Amino acid sequence: MLLRHTSAEPVERTGLMINPAKTCQPIGAMYAALGLHGCLPHSHGSQGCCAYHRSALTRHYREPVMAATSSFTEGASVFGGQANLLQAIDNIFTVYEPDVIAVHTTCLSETIGDDLNQIAIKAKDEGKVPEGKYVIHASTPSYVGSHVTGFANMVQGMVKAFSESTGKRNETLNIIPGYVEPSDMEEIKRMASLMGLKTIVFPDTSNVLNAPQTGKFRMYPKGGVTVAEMKATGDSKATIALGPLASDLAARKLDTLCKVPCHTQELPIGLQATDRFVDTLRKVGGVSVPESIAVERGKLLDVMTDMQAWFYQKRVALFGDPDSLVSLVEFLVALDMHPVHVVTGTPGKAFEQKIRELTAHLPVPVNVKAHGDLFLLHQWIKKEPVDLLMGNTYGKYMARDEDLPFVRFGFPIFDRVGHSYFPTVGYMGGIRLMEKMLDALLDRKDRDSPEESFELVI
Amino acid sequence: MSDEKNTAAKLEKIKAEILAKYPTKVARKRAKQILVNRNDSTGKVPEVGANMRTVPGIITQRGCSYAGCKGVVLGPTRDIVNITHGPVGCAYYSWLTRRNQTRPESDTAENFMNYCFTTDMQDEHIVFGGEKKLKQAIQEAFDLFHPKAISVFSTCPVGLIGDDVHAVAREMKEKLGINVFAFSCEGYKGVSQSAGHHIANNGIFTHVVGLDDTIGKGKFRINLLGEYNIGGDSFEIERILDACGISLVSTYSGNSSIDHFANSHTADLNAIMCHRSINYMAEMMESKFGIPWIKVNFIGAESTAKSLRKIAQYFEDEELKAKVEEVIAAEMPAVKASLEKAKPRCEGKRAMLFVGGSRAHHYQDLFGELGMETLAAGYEFGHRDDYEGRRVLPSIKVDADSRNIEELHITPDPKRYAPRKDEESLKKLESEGLAFREYDGLMPDMKENTLVIDDISHFETEKLIEMFKPDIFCAGIKEKYAIQKSGIPMKQLHSYDSGGPYAGFKGAINFYEEIERMVNAKIWSYITPPWAAEPELSANYAWVA
Ligand code: SF4
Ligand code: SF4
Repeated sequence: MLLRHTSAEPVERTGLMINPAKTCQPIGAMYAALGLHGCLPHSHGSQGCCAYHRSALTRHYREPVMAATSSFTEGASVFGGQANLLQAIDNIFTVYEPDVIAVHTTCLSETIGDDLNQIAIKAKDEGKVPEGKYVIHASTPSYVGSHVTGFANMVQGMVKAFSESTGKRNETLNIIPGYVEPSDMEEIKRMASLMGLKTIVFPDTSNVLNAPQTGKFRMYPKGGVTVAEMKATGDSKATIALGPLASDLAARKLDTLCKVPCHTQELPIGLQATDRFVDTLRKVGGVSVPESIAVERGKLLDVMTDMQAWFYQKRVALFGDPDSLVSLVEFLVALDMHPVHVVTGTPGKAFEQKIRELTAHLPVPVNVKAHGDLFLLHQWIKKEPVDLLMGNTYGKYMARDEDLPFVRFGFPIFDRVGHSYFPTVGYMGGIRLMEKMLDALLDRKDRDSPEESFELVI
Repeated sequence: MSDEKNTAAKLEKIKAEILAKYPTKVARKRAKQILVNRNDSTGKVPEVGANMRTVPGIITQRGCSYAGCKGVVLGPTRDIVNITHGPVGCAYYSWLTRRNQTRPESDTAENFMNYCFTTDMQDEHIVFGGEKKLKQAIQEAFDLFHPKAISVFSTCPVGLIGDDVHAVAREMKEKLGINVFAFSCEGYKGVSQSAGHHIANNGIFTHVVGLDDTIGKGKFRINLLGEYNIGGDSFEIERILDACGISLVSTYSGNSSIDHFANSHTADLNAIMCHRSINYMAEMMESKFGIPWIKVNFIGAESTAKSLRKIAQYFEDEELKAKVEEVIAAEMPAVKASLEKAKPRCEGKRAMLFVGGSRAHHYQDLFGELGMETLAAGYEFGHRDDYEGRRVLPSIKVDADSRNIEELHITPDPKRYAPRKDEESLKKLESEGLAFREYDGLMPDMKENTLVIDDISHFETEKLIEMFKPDIFCAGIKEKYAIQKSGIPMKQLHSYDSGGPYAGFKGAINFYEEIERMVNAKIWSYITPPWAAEPELSANYAWVA
């Protein structure tokens, strides 16, 4: 047993988190900043955080993840990190020549109380920021929220730094895609363009963190929202923010700063959430839904119809980030599955409330916890077993111990590929999710069926 | 440039070209850390700038002291509940990411390595202090798991808000009656992971080593220091030592248990693999208990054979010497057979190695066995002694960053100090070529007119690749894909990608096969699509019926 010390009886814990289901803010900020074209993320703190964040993102995407650090030493942590950051800004613009440096804080610089805004202004005053280049920033203390909060804070930082309104509104729609994969961002763009809409998607990590092998390393890959596009977001007709936790903050900021009205809704994972996304695009964009989108929806529904039997009343344990879990749970319920144990590491009671609402009519009790951990989830599973486990790579330890079919979903995925290339959002993403669940469930059935009922046709 | 010889002048020119890109102050600093190796017959090499602060913004490979302490040294021990005191991230990233393998004695024996324990500090703890939460966390860990030991690792904010982790550990040790100890390994300490290694060495030495005086079985009892069982390296070394009849009291810290540490002062020899991360332990054990240490290297088949012979030589036992020869003779044919296959396909190819504190040195042996040449190498967190050899130790200036790391002053244990060999026999062995307390470093083993670069930056990495187009580049996960996107195969030498073991005889075979695969992979020939190779718009095809 890999997790042989995990007992079946949950006990209340207030001091110790065991096997977290979240990580810290800066990694989300770094991920968001990579979705800005020509941007070098910068971690303001000791260099370990930056090394860890880069490593984790690299393992998940199998792509270069470039970022710099202020490399605090003991002195900096006593006297503040201003000198380090000023020096870093100078070095980065000289050596790596990005268009933008996106600085986020770490626990250390937050605890010290470094004022990034003031340091950025000083850097500019001292001539360390070349003409036409930018230093943007976000405060991302890891003792608040989670990696999703960090993502939200950096996206807000992008808006604060760039969005401007010229007073002339245009027909463009802003879409904040949420803390999703590059493939998902691509899919969201594709769907909007099928609808005939002109959009600015930000951040946009597609073609950054799923860039092609060309034999030539590009420090700043081709993808990412450009500074010019970011500026133009202030003139857009509206903002659609997908995933409240990851995207609402920036969307509201844009509303406040440039009066761009915002529509925040769940991530378009699964049938209904995608329906709502498409409908919002239709209404806000003032277009009608084209046949091509209707066909995709129909295909999703078709697979749901065909394979309904295999999902029916399957008990599922899930862990991940609030925004994606809410939509996923809604989808599973639509498939007549029973998501019975749901854990996110990110704090926030609203999550529990939302999951309770979505599962209220199920004929089985549902355990849900925000600011929970995988130890608790495992205990729940031991007490009330499930047919399927969904979550990031760390789930494989529980899956092996409990002999559970396991679908990798979320961040981080360190041991498989695919997530960077094949979306789980939208109608086609819904089909992929079903495919993954069916593969897991049916492989298990095939493995366990007695010879006489091991069947060719399913 | 691949076929020309690298002359000193040419390398100096390349160095100048790299430095030209930096702001003056940075260039001046980096100039000390980028060297053209010279290697005269006396083994004297140039002085390298190492263990210096990283330049902010330069994009370094380095991590932090916490990573060196919790991640590297204490991470591989299976039966200590390691609690990271801090916000969630530090614990999260060091959770199972280093590929340390472990093999508990039984299916039910303690193994906490698959778990991640953290106090997950929230803002109220940063404001009002986290000691109470830490105490509670230790209590909960005890109630749930009843481990024999719990240790606490401080992350950056902890030091700043002034939590006294050591006082908490003492109090809980008293209360729970098990070993509880803490490490002040905040990430800002020192200039790299290296500070954390030192802190870890001090902590284990103070709180664990010497707690169990039982003398175990075996005639030839050693500790293996600085071997972390990445990809199963320790297992292979254990297999070989076992075959030779050498008993391993403790490995620091691959496949280890805290019980091994507690008992490790009963060994008769300390054999050091990774000098950087663990030499403090060897020195302290020698001062307190009288155990001599030698440097070994189990990376490379020849190096493995050599290391085994050194150990046998130390014990001055003919039977052991014969057994070691027998084992080497039994293992070598398979190694040779594999090498015969791999070498013709690797010979003459060129490697660069930029990792860690020892592997950039050790792995040159394996490349050498394959007939490959090392063009450039350097450490991520080595010190001058790792480059130039311990003979420079007296001349290393201790700067403010290193001074902050406690240096324990160890005196002989009044009861247990027992020199394993008297001065005379040590001298005799030395005259026969067995060097004690000695590590010659990387540079004397590297050829003239190779590049040595300490704490290499991303920019320098890119430049090296552009200018030398090496056949393989070795570094860590952060560097991996930037290098591969440049069309150069990249081997991770921290985590071994998913490979290993690479230590010992079987490990050497694995490595030959791996490198043979990598430097000959077809992938690299597909990068240019046919339409780019022949960009003419149309061609005239003669239709042949
Ligand atoms: S110190 Fe904070 S920012 Fe750095 S890794 Fe730890 S939790 Fe994350
Ligand atoms: S906070 Fe400090 S201890 Fe944690 S990863 Fe960052 S540098 Fe290392």
